[in-house]
Amino acid sequence: MKTFKQIMRRKVAAVCLVVIFLIFTAAIFAPLLAPYSPNEQFKDGLTLQGAPIAPNSQYLLGTDLLGRDLLSRLIYGARTSLVVGILANGVALLLGTTIGLVAGYLRGRLGSLIMRVTDLMMAFPALLLAITLAAIFSPSLLIVALVIAMVNWVQVARVIYTQTIAISEREFVEASRSIGASNRRILVKHILPHLMPTILVWGTLGIATTVLLEATLSFLGIGVRPPTPSWGNIIFENQTYFITAPWLVFIPGLAIITLALCFNLLGDTLRDELDPTQRGRQ
Amino acid sequence: MLNYVLRRLAQAGLILLGVSFITFALLYVLPADPAVQIAGRSATPETVASIRAQLGLDQPLLAQYWNYLSNLAQGDFGRSYLQKTEVSTLIQSRIGPSLSLMFFAILIELIIGLSAGIYSAMRRGKLSDNVVMVSSFIAISAPQFIISIFVLYIFAVKLGWFPIGGYGRPIHYVLPALTLGILGSGWYSRVMRSSMIDVLRQDYIRTARAKGAPISRIIRVHAFKNAVLPIIAMIGLDIGIFMGGIVVVESVFGWPGIGQLAWQAIQRVDIPIIMAVTLVSAIAIVIGNLIADLIAPFVDPRIRLK
Repeated sequence: MKTFKQIMRRKVAAVCLVVIFLIFTAAIFAPLLAPYSPNEQFKDGLTLQGAPIAPNSQYLLGTDLLGRDLLSRLIYGARTSLVVGILANGVALLLGTTIGLVAGYLRGRLGSLIMRVTDLMMAFPALLLAITLAAIFSPSLLIVALVIAMVNWVQVARVIYTQTIAISEREFVEASRSIGASNRRILVKHILPHLMPTILVWGTLGIATTVLLEATLSFLGIGVRPPTPSWGNIIFENQTYFITAPWLVFIPGLAIITLALCFNLLGDTLRDELDPTQRGRQ
Repeated sequence: MLNYVLRRLAQAGLILLGVSFITFALLYVLPADPAVQIAGRSATPETVASIRAQLGLDQPLLAQYWNYLSNLAQGDFGRSYLQKTEVSTLIQSRIGPSLSLMFFAILIELIIGLSAGIYSAMRRGKLSDNVVMVSSFIAISAPQFIISIFVLYIFAVKLGWFPIGGYGRPIHYVLPALTLGILGSGWYSRVMRSSMIDVLRQDYIRTARAKGAPISRIIRVHAFKNAVLPIIAMIGLDIGIFMGGIVVVESVFGWPGIGQLAWQAIQRVDIPIIMAVTLVSAIAIVIGNLIADLIAPFVDPRIRLK
C-alpha cells in the first residue's frame, strides 16, 4: 500500500499504472469489449479488389488482410501478449531468484560455478538464442513463453546474486544462524524479504522486455502462431500491406510500444522509490 | 598486467568453448534428423544411412562434439541443409555488410546517447531533462521492427528521400544505421546521465567551479573522462543486443548481412546457418567484452587489475 501511494505521487508512473490497468481490463473482458469475433472473416471486410478496409464507423480500426476486424484482434491480442509476458517473466523471475539466491548464499565453488554459467549465457545474443530455440521447438504459446524465460532469467540471477552476498554478511543473518536456524529458514524468512523490492522492480521491467521479445519473435514468424492474434503476429501477417494499409502495422505497433513503455517507466519509478542507493538521483 | 591479460584471455576461451558446446547440444537435440533433411523426403533408408555415416552422425555424442570443435577450429561451420553450400562461405560473404552497418550504427548511438546524457545531466530536473529521459525510454521500449517499418514508410515510401532498401551506395546506410543507432542510444543516454550526475557532485568539480571555470570546460576537461567509464563496459555488453537487432533491421531493409542470412534461415528452418550466426555473434560479444576489459585499466588507472 505504501508503495502504491508512492507511485501515485509520481505523475508519469500514475498514468502508466492506469494505462496498464486499462490494457489488463481489455484483455480480461475481451469477449464483452470486442465488437466482433477476432477470427471471423467478413464478406464486406475487404474491398472488391481484395484489399483491407481503412478505419470507418463499422470497423473502427479497419480490417486486416483476411477481412477480419482489427480492433477485435487487437483486444484479443492483448490477452496473448499479456499471458506470454507474465508467464515468461514469472518463470524467469522464479528461476533467476532461486539460482541467484542459492549461488549467493552458498558462494564457494558451487556458487562461482553457477555464476560462470550465467557468464556463459550472457555471451549468447538474447534474440538469436530465442530464435534458435523457437526454431527448434515448434512454437506454441507455452513454448514461446519458456523460450523467453530461458533467455531472461540470467540478469535477474546476477542482480539477486550480488544482493544476496551483501545481505548474507549482515549481523541478523549471523545472529539467526547462531541460534540454530536452518539454511532454508534463513533464506526464506530473513534474506528473501530483503530481496522483495529488487524482485518487484525486475518483475516490472521484465514484463516490458518479454512483451518486446514476444512481439519480435512473432514478427519473425516464430512466435505465437496465427490465427491466435498477438500484437506481434498481427504485424507479421499484415506487413506486406504496410504501404497501402499502414494502420495494420502502426496501430498494433503503437500498442506494443505503449505497453512496454508503461512497464519500463513504472519499473524505473519503483526502483527510484524502493532502492535507497538510487534516492536523490531524480 | 600480463597476468591479467592472460587470465582474461583464458576466461574468454573457456566461455567460447561453453558456447560451442551449447550450440552443438542444441543441434543434437533437434527433433528433425539432419540426414533426412539433406537427403530429401523421397530418399531411401540406405541413402539416409550413408549420409548419416558421411556426416559422422552415427558416432557417439562426445566424438561428434570433438569433430564439430575441430571443424570449427578450421573455420568449418558445416553445410547448409537447403542451400547446399558451406555455411562458412555464406558467413564470409555476408559479414562485411553487417560489420560496416554496425560500425555506423554504434557511432550514431554513441554520438546521440552521450550528448543527450550530458545535456540531460546539466539540465537535471528541468523540463528538457524530462523530455530527453522520456524519449530515451521510448527508444528503449520501441521494438526495432516497428520503427524500421515506420521509418521506411515515412522516409522512403511517403517522402521518397531514401531508397526503400538495398545495399551498395552510401545513401543505403542512412535509414538502417539511424534506426539502429537512435534506438540503441536510449540506454547510453540514461547511463551517461546518471554517471555524469555522480561525477558533477564530486569535490574536484566544485573546486573547478569555485575557481571560475566555465561549465563547458568543466564538462570537457574534468567530468567527461570520468563519466564515460561505464560506457566503455557497456559497448562490450551492447554488441549482444546489437546482433539481435541486426537480424530484424537487415531483414526489413533488405540488407545483405548475416542478420538477413539468419532471418532467411529461420524461415526455412536451416539450423546450421542459425547456429553459425549465433556462434559468430557469441564470438563478437566475447571479443567485445574482452576489449572493453582490456581498455578499461588504460582509461582509468584506478582499476588496478586485481
